[in-house]
Amino acid sequence: MSTQEGIRPAPVPLVLGGARGGPRVRTLRRDSWKRSPLITQGYLLLFVVYATWAAFQNSNYYVGASSHRDLISPFYSPCIGASCVPGSHGSFLLHWWTYSPALVILIIPLGFRVTCYYYRKAYYRSFWHSPQACGVADGHKKYTGETRFPLIIQNIHRYFFVLGVLLNIMLTIDAVMAFRMPGAGGIGVSVGTIVLCANAVLLWFYSVSCHACRHLCGGHVNEFSKHPVRHGLWKIITPLNAKHMQLAWVSLSFVALTDLYVRLVASGIITDPKIF
Amino acid sequence: MADVVMRIWRGDSEGGEFQDFPTQVSEGEVVLDVVHRIQAEDAPDLACRWNCKAGKCGSCSAEINGLPHLMCMTRMDTLPTEEPVVIAPMKTFPIIRDLVTDVSFNYEMARRLPPFAPKDPGPDGTYRMQQIDVERGQEFRKCIECFMCQDICHVIRDHEENKEHYAGPRLFIRYMELESHPLDTNDRRELLREEMGLGYCNITKCCTEVCPEHIKITDNAIIPLKERVVDASYDPVAWLGRKILRRTKKTATEAANHRTDPKPVKASQ
Amino acid sequence: MAEYEQIDLDVVVIGAGGAGLRAAIEAKQRGLRTAIVCKSLLGKAHTVMAEGGAAAAMGNVWSEDNWKVHFRDTIRGGKMLGNWRMAQLHAQESPDRIHELEAWGALFDRTKDGRIHQRDFGGHRYARLAHVGDRTGLELIRTLQQRAVALDIDVFMETKILRLLKNPSGEVSGAVGYHRPTGKMVVFTAKAFVLATGGIGRSWKYSTNSWESTGDGHALALWAGADIIDMECMQFHPTGMVWPLSVRGLLVTEGVRGDGGILRNSEGQRFMFNYIPEVFAAETADNEAEADRWYEDHINNRRPPELLPRDEVARSINAEVKAGRGGPHGGVYLDIASRRSSEFIQRQLPSMYHQFKELAGVDITKEAMEVGPTCHYIMGGIRVEPDTAASTIPGLFAAGEVAGGLHGANRLGGNSLSDLLVFGRRAGMGASDYADSRTSGTTVDSTEIERIIDEARAPLAREGGENPYDLQRDLQETMQNLVGIIRTGTELTQALSEIDALKERVPNLSVNGGIAYNPGWNLATDLPAMLSVCTMVTMGAIERKESRGGHTRDDYPKSDPAFGKINFVQRLNGSGECVVSPEPLPEMPDELKALLEEGAH
Ligand SMILES: Cc1cc2nc3c(=O)[nH]c(=O)nc-3n(C[C@H](O)[C@H](O)[C@H](O)COP(=O)(O)OP(=O)(O)OC[C@H]3O[C@@H](n4cnc5c(N)ncnc54)[C@H](O)[C@@H]3O)c2cc1C
Ligand code: SF4
Ligand code: SF4
Ligand code: FES
Ligand code: FES
Repeated sequence: MSTQEGIRPAPVPLVLGGARGGPRVRTLRRDSWKRSPLITQGYLLLFVVYATWAAFQNSNYYVGASSHRDLISPFYSPCIGASCVPGSHGSFLLHWWTYSPALVILIIPLGFRVTCYYYRKAYYRSFWHSPQACGVADGHKKYTGETRFPLIIQNIHRYFFVLGVLLNIMLTIDAVMAFRMPGAGGIGVSVGTIVLCANAVLLWFYSVSCHACRHLCGGHVNEFSKHPVRHGLWKIITPLNAKHMQLAWVSLSFVALTDLYVRLVASGIITDPKIF
Repeated sequence: MADVVMRIWRGDSEGGEFQDFPTQVSEGEVVLDVVHRIQAEDAPDLACRWNCKAGKCGSCSAEINGLPHLMCMTRMDTLPTEEPVVIAPMKTFPIIRDLVTDVSFNYEMARRLPPFAPKDPGPDGTYRMQQIDVERGQEFRKCIECFMCQDICHVIRDHEENKEHYAGPRLFIRYMELESHPLDTNDRRELLREEMGLGYCNITKCCTEVCPEHIKITDNAIIPLKERVVDASYDPVAWLGRKILRRTKKTATEAANHRTDPKPVKASQ
Repeated sequence: MAEYEQIDLDVVVIGAGGAGLRAAIEAKQRGLRTAIVCKSLLGKAHTVMAEGGAAAAMGNVWSEDNWKVHFRDTIRGGKMLGNWRMAQLHAQESPDRIHELEAWGALFDRTKDGRIHQRDFGGHRYARLAHVGDRTGLELIRTLQQRAVALDIDVFMETKILRLLKNPSGEVSGAVGYHRPTGKMVVFTAKAFVLATGGIGRSWKYSTNSWESTGDGHALALWAGADIIDMECMQFHPTGMVWPLSVRGLLVTEGVRGDGGILRNSEGQRFMFNYIPEVFAAETADNEAEADRWYEDHINNRRPPELLPRDEVARSINAEVKAGRGGPHGGVYLDIASRRSSEFIQRQLPSMYHQFKELAGVDITKEAMEVGPTCHYIMGGIRVEPDTAASTIPGLFAAGEVAGGLHGANRLGGNSLSDLLVFGRRAGMGASDYADSRTSGTTVDSTEIERIIDEARAPLAREGGENPYDLQRDLQETMQNLVGIIRTGTELTQALSEIDALKERVPNLSVNGGIAYNPGWNLATDLPAMLSVCTMVTMGAIERKESRGGHTRDDYPKSDPAFGKINFVQRLNGSGECVVSPEPLPEMPDELKALLEEGAH
């Protein structure tokens, strides 16, 4: 046989698929690949349960002048509902909202974290099982990734990033306010102050290390040498971005711990020790 | 010298099974050494690919104990030897024989990629670029085309039907290299969204985990590309910006057909 | 009757390394129906392993550099045996070829002013190697591969050519081969063929070369009647890994020495100072202080002896080990750990760092590496016409490592990659012009095709014969022990008779398994070429009764000016035996001769 003149021989066969080799098993891995997604799952569930409980409390989120402090839980700041405790430096923006303000505020960090590229990985693996671990069959019949509704919405992440930054500004103000010691010498530092400051700093690190931030600040530029400022920003963000996962977990844990701390102090279980 | 059983997949498109080869391992040996010894002594027809034996060519990819590795860079003393060492061909690609698979999927996706389309060189016929301009692309050009990232990507590993419209992580780094190339004039964002399946990737990072060149495929290529696609298709502010600044973006078809012919370098001397 | 597929084209390029890809790109750009055939997947050819860089006198780092200096370095490094016209074209054209890669997407390391950065290498007077870290070959092959794909050149991957065919009037017109995945036979007919099949190092036990480097192209050309030159000139790279045994021979790039690494023997002595030859005495430092200053100041100091051309360094290491001053595994110590900071080493030599860390468990930022010479490169090859890369038989062209002439008796590091580009392009031009003007048909003899197919398939049909791996191992032992870095007349004659004995064993090879992707069978088809090539190397080495460049004779330790004027040419005689004949080198024009004298520091 011979191919005729003009007919292009196809050295690269156009079949993309075909019979596969190897045994038909879910995975050949023998290490403990189930562990990591289980830990992620457990930890995320723990956070969600705590956050939901805390958000519905609608109390004990503010330590005010009566205790010579000005500490607000990050879950409830800025306090924007009708039910806000007086003094909890919120604007009463949503007068008609009488439920817990946390239920409104938490939409922002929730949206920010749900659409975060890192958390996407975490829950796609641990909850969706697509895939549960590398080299383990995902077991779904059909897979369309983030090309369809609802997952296509993930693309709004950068807007949540912007909202997240606004929220960080609020929390930073809260942290600064936490230095006030009403009725007890004006200004000072207590453990609560440090907790709120650390919380704000960690949240800033988390936001700054965000992929959308990296893109908007400099990643979209093609010729870095012509845009030194953007390149400089990108250079600062890039190493932080590489630690985004760690920052995501640390900041998440710390937000919950901050809320817990304020809650414990507000409910009088512990007192907030003043350092100086 | 340690005794170990190598459990190697033997077979072709008709089917196959694991075959056990008990063997001895000496100091410093890698999996490929042991496979070669089996070839030379027990099974001369045992099919496997290799070239450089130094982790530079990306030929010897196979799945060792369930995860893709370069056989030439996997030292035997890093593997547990109480149980057999299981070596299977890459799962995502059609089998040819034993450990050899038909990787033409990757070459076809490379063919569908609109090539580098540079702007014109400077007056002396050469280009000027700063080190900071080329560094980002250089990371992606470290790729040795072992195709292990393509193999592990569940989008096609577990869903054969996606192969038609999915370029895969190896090609995504190439798209990112070109999209961020200081000299390139094409705009492949719509093409990536509509035809190359960027949206199928759910950034679960298995590609990054297996890359022998330690390329940060997801963080440095796929996510930045997704952000660029957001610029082009999903972000109303970016859309408004384009309208105001009268910038255009290329449609998928325009991107696919865009070519600039690199100017022939004029002869010196 | 044996079945085969027949494919007709204008230009067929055999080999997809740098040379083959560049040739095919040229032919395709000129509008010819072009295809590439290669034994591995596209992008895996040996070129991918090159580390250091590509030499081109662009003058980006030292503006004093120009093609004349590069020409001089190449000819002198080649111990005056190189072809002057090839060296001239190479030196003149390589800057353009490198710039062209950039227009095809290559990303070289940059200088401060945004041009391509160049690094120092042995034997080059100025920093001249365009590079990307220590993975330049990868950049080169990927760029060319992507260009070839953009041009939609047909590539027949994993297809091995067994023989070339001629039409009745003696022009090369076809090539028989088989697709390795299926084992099916294929015949390519075309108006012009380009051989770019690379090197021959696989026949030595310790070699930097891959399984592909079996010298197929050298053998194909010889069998088709072409002239082969300088086969005795093999380069042994001075620094290969020696331990663990499984990686013995793996390359340790010259960049280690270029960046400050030094050689010591087991007594801790920096022994290279004892081995500075007369010709290089004027430009080589004779004390450690000056050598160390050179890295900072090239102008006022002479270069360290570790950066002498490769043949000198390899011989010196060999001599030290022979004198009993080697390490526990028969090598000497290459030390960069005590001379450069850990960060510097990891930045400049990332793949060396990983190679030793992962394969030998040695941290080169803390310990010295043990190294020894390893078989690396064949300077000799198919005799070509410099301007067109045409071989001595019509219709056949050759470029890259398979072609001979440019490097003379010793190749300078980095000159190979630019060789591939310059002469790959010229081969593409030559083949295209030839194909355009060719009038004769490309009919090939089908009975000959069937004979070739039957012969190739014979080991599959044979039962109970010899395992090809055993034959290969014996050949490698012979070549390593008898035709290694230091040669003697008696050992060479012994090698020749051993190779003849090995040849007798070929008709008795047998392999089990089917025809589809059968490496045993593939090796069986490689062996005839390997044996032919080894014969040529040994015969050339017997004839050259002197030491020159990569060829060192213990019984004739000096260079002999009379031999410096001749090439040993090998070809088949009327009865199909390989014969050697001395032929004078082409006479270098006076103005080029003058360049060799001028300004030797
Ligand atoms: C470890 C290492 C490092 C090196 N570093 C450098 C360096 O820094 N600078 C430098 O200049 N040089 C360097 N070299 C040398 C240089 O890389 C090679 O000489 C060069 O790459 C050879 O290229 P080529 O195109 O001639 O052939 P190759 O790249 O060897 O390609 C040969 C091609 O021919 C094909 N082929 C062979 N036989 C057949 C057949 N029968 N049928 C079909 N196809 C066939 C093969 O499949 C392959 O595609 C280095 C070499 C090695 C091994
Ligand atoms: S991150 Fe995306 S491309 Fe990489 S393996 Fe996961 S799904 Fe595939
Ligand atoms: S990106 Fe990494 S894993 Fe993927 S093909 Fe390239 S080297 Fe292999
Ligand atoms: S916050 Fe995680 S990527 Fe934006
Ligand atoms: S053989 Fe080249 S990467 Fe393993």
